[in-house]
Amino acid sequence: MADVLKLHFDVDGDDFTSAGEASADVKKRLRLMGYDPEIIRRVSIAMYEGEINMVIHAGGGVADVSVYPDKIEIVLEDKGPGIPDIALAMSEGFSTAPDTVRSLGFGAGMGLPNMKRYTDELHIDSKVGEGTKVTMIVNT
Amino acid sequence: MKICEIEKHLGAKALTCLGLLDRDVTSACGSDMMSDVLAFVKDQAVLLTGLVNAQVVRTAMMMDMLCIVFVRNKKPTQEILDLAEENGIVIMTTDKRMYDACGILYSNGLNGADING
Ligand SMILES: Nc1ncnc2c1ncn2[C@@H]1O[C@H](COP(=O)(O)OP(=O)(O)O)[C@@H](O)[C@H]1O
Ligand SMILES: [Mg+2]
Repeated sequence: MADVLKLHFDVDGDDFTSAGEASADVKKRLRLMGYDPEIIRRVSIAMYEGEINMVIHAGGGVADVSVYPDKIEIVLEDKGPGIPDIALAMSEGFSTAPDTVRSLGFGAGMGLPNMKRYTDELHIDSKVGEGTKVTMIVNT
Repeated sequence: MKICEIEKHLGAKALTCLGLLDRDVTSACGSDMMSDVLAFVKDQAVLLTGLVNAQVVRTAMMMDMLCIVFVRNKKPTQEILDLAEENGIVIMTTDKRMYDACGILYSNGLNGADING
C-alpha cells in the first residue's frame, strides 16, 4: 500500500553507545513528514525505551515501524530471556538491571511504564527462554 | 533565560552549537537517571547531569531539549560532542556540583519542569 511507510532496524545488542539510533532515525523521518511534535515525542520516547530494553536485557533485536494514515505502530522483537511476570515488570521502579546498567543512567524501572504512558496501546508477548515481542501503537 | 546566561551563571564553557547560545529556555531538570528524565514531559529544555555518555545526548534528543550541562567538570568525548553538534544541542561543562549548579540557575529564575502525572 502506497500510504504505509515501513522501516526496519537491527538493534545491536553489543553496543550500548549506538542504542537509540533507530529511534533517532524514526524521529527525524516523522519530523520531515510534518507530524505534530507531541506525537513525535511520544513515539520516539516509547521506542527509545524499548530499544534500550532490547540492548540491556535481551542482547539486541529488531525494530519495525509502520506509519499508517491514522496511527504509528512500533514492533520490537528479541530473542532474549523473556519476561517471567509481565505485570510485575510493568510496575514503576521494578528492574532486574545490574548496577553496571544503572551506572549508565538506565535501570530505574521506568521504561515499560513510560512506554505505556506515551502510547495508546502496548502489548507484550513474552516467553521465558524464547524472547519478547513488544507492540506499541500511537494514534495520529 | 538565554543559554549564554546559563553559561555565565555557572562559569561554564559551551563546547557545541555555539551559534545557538542566544536561544531562550524556560525550565530545566537535573538527573543522572535517563529513564527519570524520559518520565518527565513538557518543555524542560536544559538537562544538568553528572552522567557522561552518548545516551545523555540521545535522551535530550528524544525530549527535544536544547542544552546539556555536564557538572563536576566531566569531560565529554569527541563522539558525544559530534552527536550533540549534529543534532543542534548545546553542550557545556562546569566545575560546579549538581546541587550547586541547579541552585544557582533556580535562584536566577530558571524553574524546574512539571512532572507528568
Ligand atoms: N526486552 C526485554 N527482555 C527481557 N526482559 C525485559 C525486557 N524488557 C523489560 N524487561 C524486564 O522488565 C523489567 C522492567 O523494564 P523497564 O520498566 O524498562 O525497567 P528497566 O529497563 O529500567 O529495568 C526489566 O528490568 C527486565 O527485567
Ligand atoms: Mg528499561
